[in-house]
Amino acid sequence: MPCPCDQLPSNHQPGRRTFLSKVTYGAGAIAAAMMGIPFVGYLFGTRKGEVDWVTLGPVKDFPLSQTRQVTFDNPLRQPWDGMVGRASVFVRNEGINEKEAKQQFLVLAANCAHLGCPVEWFQESGLFMCPCHGGVYYANGERASGPPPRGLYHCIYRVTKDKGIDQLQIQAPHFPTLQNTLKDPA
Amino acid sequence: MFRSVGKWFDARLGLREAVMPVLKHPIPRGAAGPMGWWYVFGSASLTLLLIQILTGIALALVYVPSADKAYESLLFLNYQQPLGWFLRALHYYAGSGMIVMMLVHMTQVFLHGSYKYPRELTWVLGVLLLLCTMGMFFTGQVLRWDPDAYWGLAIGGSMAGRVPVAGPWLVQILLGGPVIGGDSLSRFFTLHVFVIPASLIFFLIIHLWLVIKYGISAPPVPGEKVDPKTYHEGYEKELKNGVPFLGDAMLKDILFSSLAVIVIVIIAAVVGPKGPTGPPDPALAGANPRPEWPFLWLFALLSLSPPAAETFLILVFPLLLIGILFLVPFISNRGERAPSRRPGAVLTVIVIYTILGTLTYQGATSPWSPEMTAWSGDPIPINMVKDKTPLQLQGALIFQNKSCRNCHALEGSGGRRGPDLTTVGTRLTRDQLIDQVSNGTPGGGNMPAFGKQISPAQMTALVEFMANLRPAGVPAAEPASNRTKVKEYP
Repeated sequence: MPCPCDQLPSNHQPGRRTFLSKVTYGAGAIAAAMMGIPFVGYLFGTRKGEVDWVTLGPVKDFPLSQTRQVTFDNPLRQPWDGMVGRASVFVRNEGINEKEAKQQFLVLAANCAHLGCPVEWFQESGLFMCPCHGGVYYANGERASGPPPRGLYHCIYRVTKDKGIDQLQIQAPHFPTLQNTLKDPA
Repeated sequence: MFRSVGKWFDARLGLREAVMPVLKHPIPRGAAGPMGWWYVFGSASLTLLLIQILTGIALALVYVPSADKAYESLLFLNYQQPLGWFLRALHYYAGSGMIVMMLVHMTQVFLHGSYKYPRELTWVLGVLLLLCTMGMFFTGQVLRWDPDAYWGLAIGGSMAGRVPVAGPWLVQILLGGPVIGGDSLSRFFTLHVFVIPASLIFFLIIHLWLVIKYGISAPPVPGEKVDPKTYHEGYEKELKNGVPFLGDAMLKDILFSSLAVIVIVIIAAVVGPKGPTGPPDPALAGANPRPEWPFLWLFALLSLSPPAAETFLILVFPLLLIGILFLVPFISNRGERAPSRRPGAVLTVIVIYTILGTLTYQGATSPWSPEMTAWSGDPIPINMVKDKTPLQLQGALIFQNKSCRNCHALEGSGGRRGPDLTTVGTRLTRDQLIDQVSNGTPGGGNMPAFGKQISPAQMTALVEFMANLRPAGVPAAEPASNRTKVKEYP
């Protein structure tokens, strides 16, 4: 006997039809969510690392009141980053603080506080100059001229004893975008 | 034999039936005449896109999108892979040409009012295509993985970092990690090779579909106004008198595209590939990052704007510009089309291109940036040291050593951030010179204060040198107080 389906009004068996369509929508939504949520999580997830300390060298290597550029391998790098994983900072030995009897350093980000370009140190004039938009800073990191809204960023440093030698260490910096670099703004 | 095989395939595929009517669709008679030369820029953009796809696939056969190997693979392409240099050059200049053609196409569509009813969506899709192409340019520059690429990412990241609240998260999403590295390169490779091209082709299909659906707009006639009520009737009447696209119009397209390709191939072969400018070592001194030419205007804008306006210019202004571009066909979608009856439209185009051109020129010359090597690289002009006293010569040395030259030119060579000091002795007195050098521009202006960096003896020599920088026979500047005294007590 031929199926009489097409002769019946479509709402003849509402239960079955609506059930099927509801199950279809539901299954589709569940499938999309099961696939989509982890996918979006993958795309927009961010790695959170612990604070890494980088050793810049023995304290005695930094002469008093001299600015030195120090280049190091950023521990935040990937093993396949090559030379791109390098970073540099400017270190200035500020001598010993008389009150606390503590060795003071000025560790400045090598990246302009404007948009992150690399500043260059000019020893004779005591200025940092930026090649991009012309930002200029004094030796102490304060803004001297140009578009930067503030002075150079400071890095968080500490002096630790390693095998009897005082070593200068800084927190691995998020250069060159200057995001999350610092908890205490300079 | 071939003919019968071809016929068999066509009988099965039915391509001729589907494609020929599209190719032969009638277009307004005017668009096939001399006015038709205005209609060639869209198809030229398409031709260059095809070149980009071809050369892009070819380059991907050799290029390695890995942070520690990308630079080497580019050098391999430039110097060892046969014709690798040519493919790289072609990919760069065809991409540049694509932007130029799209801008000309867009300008033509704007001036002829072709974006008006019923082609608003075609315009919107066109804007999306332009944005995709700009995106290809930026991501493509990153793949070049040289200092410009690295610092371009740094600047892009710093801009994203200025977004309130979400800034740090956005930077991580953009760079793929807390610092620029392999994650960033993989990201931009994916954008450049998969995401943006797929979007671009998707938008292009809709753009072309709309072109076919609504037909090519007739050349504008002064006085013939666009009115949605009568437009379709008029256009159909025009098509009754129309000519098939497959004919003169298509020949013009092909001829112009061929010329464009010939010019671009010659430029690519003569000028050669662009970069990489150096190894991507962020610790390398002497980096002088510059954006690609389609972004020079933005670079200039950011340098010339006051700091207070900057976050607005970075975060809001581009969105405003894009929004306005999208809204163009909705702001005016009826009325006159002819440029002769739309002086406002003509003026807009002139003003926009003048601004973009000026900013791009400024960006290319970037007079605001210190000349980082001038202090040691640009000698003092001979006539400024010839027959001078030992004190003045000492001053000249200090002038170079203190890197004054990085911002101040002498006889046109040196930095241009500060004024040229060739004749400064005629403008400033000794006291004014000492004040300017020690304290800089008052209120933290353009010139840094050198007071702590210069000893009294050095200052004496420096001022002696500068006070004598004046053409022969021109007197030194004198304090205004001197002059008033003479006037009051003659």
